[in-house]
Amino acid sequence: MGESAKRLATGVSAASPASIDVPAWTFTTPSLHLAAVSKSYGPTRALNDVHLYVNRGEVVALMGANGAGKSTLAKIAAGVLRPDGGRVFIADREVALNSPRAAREEGVVMVHQSTDQLGIPGLSVAENLLLDVLCDGRIGSFAGKRKLWHEAEKVAAGIDLELPLERDFCELGPAQRQLVAIARAVAANASIVIFDEPTASLAAIEAERLFGTIDRLRARGVGVLYISHRLADIRRVADRIVVLRNGQVVDKEFSTVDLTDAVTAMIGRDIGKVAAGRPRRKDDEPILRLKQVRLTSSAEQSDLSVHGGEVVAITGALGSGKSRLLRALFGLSRVVDGEVLFKGRPWQPKGPADAIAGGVFMAGEDRWRSSFLPAAVPGSDIAGTIALPHRRNWFPFGLVRANREHAAARAAIAALGIRCSSSLDTLDLLSGGNQQKVVLARWQAAPCELLLLDEPFQGIDVGARNDLIAAIRAQGRNRATLIATSDVEEALQVADIVAVMRNRSIAGLFDSQTGHAASLLAAIGAVEASEAYDMERISA
Amino acid sequence: MRAEANLAFGRGDATGRARGSVAHLLRRYAIFLLLAGLILVFDAIEPAFLRVNNIFSVLQSVAVVALLGVGVTVTLAVDGFDLSVGSIAAFVLMLSSYAMVVLELKALQTVALALTAGAAIGLINGLLIVRLGIPDLLATLGTMFLLAGLQLIPSAGRSISAGLNLPDGSIAAGSFDPAFLAIGRHKLWDVIPLPVVIVGLIAAVCWFLMEHTRWGRVFYAVGGNETAAHLAGAPVKAYRVAAYVISGMLASIGGVFVAARVGRGDVFAGSSLLLDSVAAALIGFAVLNQRRANVFGTVTGAVFVGVVLNGLTMLNVPYYTQDFVKGVVLVGALALTFGIGRGRR
Repeated sequence: MGESAKRLATGVSAASPASIDVPAWTFTTPSLHLAAVSKSYGPTRALNDVHLYVNRGEVVALMGANGAGKSTLAKIAAGVLRPDGGRVFIADREVALNSPRAAREEGVVMVHQSTDQLGIPGLSVAENLLLDVLCDGRIGSFAGKRKLWHEAEKVAAGIDLELPLERDFCELGPAQRQLVAIARAVAANASIVIFDEPTASLAAIEAERLFGTIDRLRARGVGVLYISHRLADIRRVADRIVVLRNGQVVDKEFSTVDLTDAVTAMIGRDIGKVAAGRPRRKDDEPILRLKQVRLTSSAEQSDLSVHGGEVVAITGALGSGKSRLLRALFGLSRVVDGEVLFKGRPWQPKGPADAIAGGVFMAGEDRWRSSFLPAAVPGSDIAGTIALPHRRNWFPFGLVRANREHAAARAAIAALGIRCSSSLDTLDLLSGGNQQKVVLARWQAAPCELLLLDEPFQGIDVGARNDLIAAIRAQGRNRATLIATSDVEEALQVADIVAVMRNRSIAGLFDSQTGHAASLLAAIGAVEASEAYDMERISA
Repeated sequence: MRAEANLAFGRGDATGRARGSVAHLLRRYAIFLLLAGLILVFDAIEPAFLRVNNIFSVLQSVAVVALLGVGVTVTLAVDGFDLSVGSIAAFVLMLSSYAMVVLELKALQTVALALTAGAAIGLINGLLIVRLGIPDLLATLGTMFLLAGLQLIPSAGRSISAGLNLPDGSIAAGSFDPAFLAIGRHKLWDVIPLPVVIVGLIAAVCWFLMEHTRWGRVFYAVGGNETAAHLAGAPVKAYRVAAYVISGMLASIGGVFVAARVGRGDVFAGSSLLLDSVAAALIGFAVLNQRRANVFGTVTGAVFVGVVLNGLTMLNVPYYTQDFVKGVVLVGALALTFGIGRGRR
């Protein structure tokens, strides 16, 4: 304490400008300090002599392109991975974080990206909140319901949030799951909380609620390491930005308001704006036409026409019907009524096989669920992943021809700049952005007339996103692309036309060629409004 | 649910990173090194071990297990599990005996009947799983019991051989067709047992199907990630059903071999066949460090167990230790597949 008083006298200028009432702990030693940490996977150097510290009551945003080493760094801090070299200090004391449990005991908690891992389905929220206590037996062998409830309420109160204690964990949305995990972390007196892409599956309002919680953590003196690709999130929560590039920290201070510098440092080149918008060809037959289509019996009618060569982005909140529309076009569900015309003919595929045969391809959202196979399975390498939907055409006699699929894979690797050691790599060896490139490559490996992409930019960095956008936009005039994305900025960047969905119908169209700023604002406003609407429904 | 209960595949493999290292090579060929070592030891102690006749007697003894194991492998590939293979073989044993002794069918008709029955049972298994959504283990456990009981009914619980007393008091007129018996007893050039040749051919065909054709790819894709396979245009349900039909047919061929060798419809428990074939399929995970169900591995696993048991028998190790030895081999193989030397990830 004596030392902190000394610092208080000399180090006022180091105080965070955001806080006016400076609490004493602002000047204590860093809560978490990784010193000269290195980590290699075989010949690949994931981290090279990285220094990183997080002070108490500070939110440090960790930025970096895919493969820069963010996840590796976070996993080392959370005790999931052991570094090859370097030292880890917590509150100035050197520690060995040999397991997630050891890290937890030292006060480091990680809120995982995948919300499935945040708790145990089948147990109630109350039980999940008390998981640590239940597991180490502190609560006693007889844990009555009333006692559990009481304890759980105390935990929930730790982050001033009302959670539905009796609900089963599996009924919770991603945002609520994260809140449960955070409440657990706070209850365990965590001094460091690591968030890995926490808003990836959250709607804007849910994300704002998460930021409120992070603010409260900060106020309690918890250090936060926040990993994200979303610039708006970083602008909102970060006190300081650390940029990783090729496994090293970029030695520079970045503004938390204007992120251009940080992004430039992150990808090592300027973000060139991809020119969107090209003249519509009203003259010829649209490839896809929706006439008074209703996706559900309660939804309004939707109309849309997509011409050859066009990229149309559908944006809207979670549950607004973007995926549902794509799924209907791919034969995974049916529209309730109205007419869907594909190349002028009624289109009602019986299933994915039928749709693929007819010339409609779809890359589903959540690539590990919708597209990839576990690494032990034959055909789980890049070549096999790309070949799977085209197997009938490429291997007409049944025999898998390795040359055929590897040639296609090598072409894709070259065309999209996929970083890998060869087309024999399994997908788990690739970074997120490169995985997503393989997904796109799969569906571009054979000609189709309509390409459906559901959230093709999920959890990838700006550089990879630009590569993907360029690849999507490079299509010929015979193909149209329909993209579902919940990010309005992404939609505007990739598409000629942005369609906004609300309550399972298309609420408005924005043409980036002819549109004005006002109509763009209206489009974004519609999305925001629908999110507010959805939140009302969730909380009701 | 399926992803969590995924029995057919080990955790993500790191072969891409470790390919070529000594530890990797050792793990890849461990079972072959062990097999070679065992053969050398057995041969040193008991020179009769490596005689051609003994080698083929080992292979003959494992042929049926290997065949059933291949069926189990195909169902494991689609992330299923066929527990009914042993019962199907036992049921087909009784069915073909009944067909010849009571219904007086000839060899060809009997074999056709047996194969049809196996396919039909596999189809029922598949439909129970795909149409009614019964979990694989439970559905096939159900058919396992059902068949184990059903096989007893026509002969009122007795074994079937020529001269069987029928329930109405008369005596069955038929007998085993010599052509049928030859399936299990004939030896090519007086050396190679016919079942070994047939099982070898079937296993080779299944291996080629599963490893080198697009259909095999889809079988594994369905097991690895059903959603992804479906979205890539694969008829997922058809493949699931097909896996059980294949498994049922292979098991019925196994039943025919047993019937032809034994020459009577013995009421016997198929459970030893089931456990042995499942063990072979699981040992197969470790072969070549595949970490997944695979046909070559299963056959190797069956042969490995056969060699160990035969060798130990020759060394006068008591028969009642056999199951223990199989258990040791299985646990060792699983440890090799899932645990040893994988390091922290």
